[in-house]
Amino acid sequence: MSPVRIKDHWREQRMFDRRAWFAGTVMVLSALAVLGRLYYLQVERHDYYSVLAQANGVRTEPIPAARGLIIARDGEVIASNRPTFDLMLTPDEVPHLHGSLEHLVKLKLLQSDAIPDLIRTIQSQESFDSVPIRLDLSEREVARFAVRRYEFPGINLSPQQARWYPFGSLAVDAVGYVGTISASDLKHINPAAYAGTVVIGKTGVEAAYERQLHGTNGYRQILVNALGRPVSRPGVLARDLHVEPPVAGKDVILSLDLKIQRLAEKLLKGRDGAVVALDPWNGDILALASSPAFDPNLFARGISEKQYQALVNNPDLPLFNRALRAQLPTGSTIKPAIALGALTDGMVNPKKRIYASSDWHLPGSDHLFHNAAHEVCGWVGLRMAIIMSCDVYFYRLAYKMGVDRIGAWLPNFGFGHPTGIDIPGEQSGLAPTPAWMAKHYPHDDGWYPGDTVILGIGQGSFLATPLQMAHYTSILATRGLSFEPRLVTGLRNPRTQKIHWKRPVLDGNLRMISPAAWKVVISAMHGVTTNPRGTAYWAMINSPYPIAGKTGTAQLTREDANGDYNKKATPEKLRDDSWFIAFAPVQAPRIAVAVLVEHAGWGATAAAPIARKIMNAYLLGPNGKLLPATPPEPLSEPAGLRPRVTSGVSATLTALEQAARPENPPVGSRVLASEAP
Amino acid sequence: MLHEEVSTESRTRRTLGGAARVLLALKVDGPLLTGLGLVAAYGLVVLYSASSENSPMLLRTVLRLALGAVIMLALARVNPNVLRRASPWLYAIGVLLLLAVAAIGHVYLGAKRWLDLGPVQFQPSELMKLAVPMMCAWYLHERPLPPRWSDLAVLSAIILTPVALVAKEPDLGTAMLIGAGGFIVVFLAGLRKRVIATLLLLAVAGMLFGMRFMHGYQRERLVSYLNPEAHPLGAGYHIIQSQIAIGSGGVFGKGWMAGSQALLDFLPERTTDFIFSVIGEEFGLLGVLGLLLLYAFIIGRSLYLSMQGPDTFSRLLGGSVALTFFIYVFINAGMTTGLVPVVGVPLPLVSYGGSSVVTVLSGFGILMSLYSHRKLMG
Repeated sequence: MSPVRIKDHWREQRMFDRRAWFAGTVMVLSALAVLGRLYYLQVERHDYYSVLAQANGVRTEPIPAARGLIIARDGEVIASNRPTFDLMLTPDEVPHLHGSLEHLVKLKLLQSDAIPDLIRTIQSQESFDSVPIRLDLSEREVARFAVRRYEFPGINLSPQQARWYPFGSLAVDAVGYVGTISASDLKHINPAAYAGTVVIGKTGVEAAYERQLHGTNGYRQILVNALGRPVSRPGVLARDLHVEPPVAGKDVILSLDLKIQRLAEKLLKGRDGAVVALDPWNGDILALASSPAFDPNLFARGISEKQYQALVNNPDLPLFNRALRAQLPTGSTIKPAIALGALTDGMVNPKKRIYASSDWHLPGSDHLFHNAAHEVCGWVGLRMAIIMSCDVYFYRLAYKMGVDRIGAWLPNFGFGHPTGIDIPGEQSGLAPTPAWMAKHYPHDDGWYPGDTVILGIGQGSFLATPLQMAHYTSILATRGLSFEPRLVTGLRNPRTQKIHWKRPVLDGNLRMISPAAWKVVISAMHGVTTNPRGTAYWAMINSPYPIAGKTGTAQLTREDANGDYNKKATPEKLRDDSWFIAFAPVQAPRIAVAVLVEHAGWGATAAAPIARKIMNAYLLGPNGKLLPATPPEPLSEPAGLRPRVTSGVSATLTALEQAARPENPPVGSRVLASEAP
Repeated sequence: MLHEEVSTESRTRRTLGGAARVLLALKVDGPLLTGLGLVAAYGLVVLYSASSENSPMLLRTVLRLALGAVIMLALARVNPNVLRRASPWLYAIGVLLLLAVAAIGHVYLGAKRWLDLGPVQFQPSELMKLAVPMMCAWYLHERPLPPRWSDLAVLSAIILTPVALVAKEPDLGTAMLIGAGGFIVVFLAGLRKRVIATLLLLAVAGMLFGMRFMHGYQRERLVSYLNPEAHPLGAGYHIIQSQIAIGSGGVFGKGWMAGSQALLDFLPERTTDFIFSVIGEEFGLLGVLGLLLLYAFIIGRSLYLSMQGPDTFSRLLGGSVALTFFIYVFINAGMTTGLVPVVGVPLPLVSYGGSSVVTVLSGFGILMSLYSHRKLMG
């Protein structure tokens, strides 16, 4: 290299050109790399990235389906949906959270003590998600907020659908209620199907028909931006968005007759008790009341802790469904069943009269079993023993029959097992059936003859629910037909208004009982209300139609040492429970009713008048005359819908009808009347 | 008919001739101006969509383009000798301004890049993008080429001083571009291949060593480039969303103002660094190819013009302007497609942003000056 270098312009020019060409080559190669990459992204992987781009901006929002209505048989809506307004707050859009909430308190739209909780809830959410800060504003509150809405940026009224029971507590123990979905509810449902649904049926028909009432939620796809906020003007991007409309839930039609239901609840007001009335020819429940009741609307929108504690701590247990769950001794109401069993098994001659004094003791024992009021029955046959409810007669009969025989008969009348009513929660009661005896008294020790004796008057190891009692009464009314009690008679498609009627379920027929036996027992039950010595004679006096009934008094305490029962000296909680069961008219029954009034003493005084008023309301027109058999009703099912016969019943329906038909055709029957010759 | 055709043709030629005369008088290169104008127009169309029809933003961009065009036209008329003699002064002022930024600069988004001059905010680093190659070309202008080791030492100091100052702001992208601008001058001057190889090795070593001193977000960008899915919502988010935008555009694109990625804010910085992805999404592969062809034309024309340069300074500076412009485009297109790491390099003449447009157009102004005055300098 020369020590002195001079600039060689020509050489430098050539060098620059070479370098420029080299750079050009590098640039072309780099450009090719970019092009290759673009080809890969936009051609090779186009589909993949298209899917990603689509998924990026589309959020699926559920559209809750409208919950089905619950409708009584006459078309009155017991459970409906009501638009409500909730106050929703979007944290992002509220400049002064505390100030806004305080201002709402000043407008009396919020409780000041709710603010700390609200702020905690708000801060735990995404700032762009709206939070409900106040549910179910009244019309006045909506108006109060609406006129000052401009003062509350980021706070809006949001319309919602809420369950609404327009008659409050009416028929709450049948209809049930809905409540917010709990963790235990989630185990029974598909959470995806309930996205967007706020409430779920908790009890009664609301729970039993949850699937049908709920319907199918729909969804809509909405465009969201990268922050997850809905885009208000999607423009050209809207074309690919899909909307799946929800399918509203089915309307459920109940067998309840609200006139009877209202009356039953009114008559029970202020007392603890229950009324169940059935149409004996199909198991339709005309009334199902438990007192005291409660307002299901409390639960529909989230009950406050204070309100809930008040219900739970109420000593009268309003949340307790007495009609389905109260298990009590039946008292003397069981006597017709014992009598039918004894007649069929040949354990008693109905013509033979025996002398019954005021008490009786077991052979080889000096323990005395008294008549309820220590009265002397005198010379009585089976019929008179039922009419005057002679305990001594039935002590002896029960002793003669033995626990095994009685225990075998009780299930025939629906005792000791659930009736199969179509809502959840019923108790099965208790009957000393052979299976139960084998389980609890395997070696015959511990069961004393005295235990059998008191079974004869419905005491001791024998418990039944009011629903079971009504069911039992309807078996007596039909002379042996057992229908599953039911509340739901049909489902209506809210769109087409087409009604799918359900068939009644016939699950038993006591064909082994002879018509003669029925005649004896039913005429005795008729005598209870017509014979001056009948226990319900005064309660049922001058009835324009014949009534078959039976009183019952369930003892909760043993009599004192003298065998005396002093009502006034006994605390109310331990006083006897009062039962009355009845069906009418005797030869063509249209209604079977069981009434329980707790701690009310004699069945004839407390329960029987209630039963009479209910039967009057159902059977009599405004002129006080018996109504025609099938009064026109808006939603009544077609006559002649044949019952579904369960596998346990072997005979054909016509055979059943022949066997069960009383002397006169059952004009009160909706199901079978049209089949009558 | 024949007569009319002839006359039409001749009228066209006359018009062209008139335009050419105007351009000549303005010392402006017609083809280059046309290419730049087309890219700028394309950019405005895209920006209108990318900014969600933000008219003020569009207006500001038009004003900046106008300012850049005025400066470009002015520089095109300046004698290259004046430019050359001004180079050291420009460089010195630039370094002083960078020192001033370090001392009293305005902090914005965690970086100190801006100098607040009353109503105008000014990024001195933009000035250095031109001043460094000018200084290098000035230094090599009188010296015999290829440069000697002692020259290289001086050049290194010239280049690395502003690079270090800018990298400290921190603005790694601009620092790299400034360094690249200076290096290209040295490369075009005939830097020996051995030296280039050595420098490459040193650069890689320096990169690895430098990782340890990188600011958190710089390191994150590098990591996310190597594995974008590692942080789908973190540092890799930009790259993933950009690739989704481009890939979902396909061959024909989703249509103007119909890019869901851009409209729904999934694409970050869609008016600035990632505007290339908006083009890919809305106009597809064809739209991108169209833009890249325009860029290729501008770069090719610039390179051609610089090869016509009468002296070392012209050629080196002109070549540097052309190649730096290429690097802008390549890095931006490369980073939005996931080919190179995310460094904050705007897409020239298309990305929204103040100083860059003016700098780029100034560079082309200088290039035009060098070319159009070639006959004046022997």
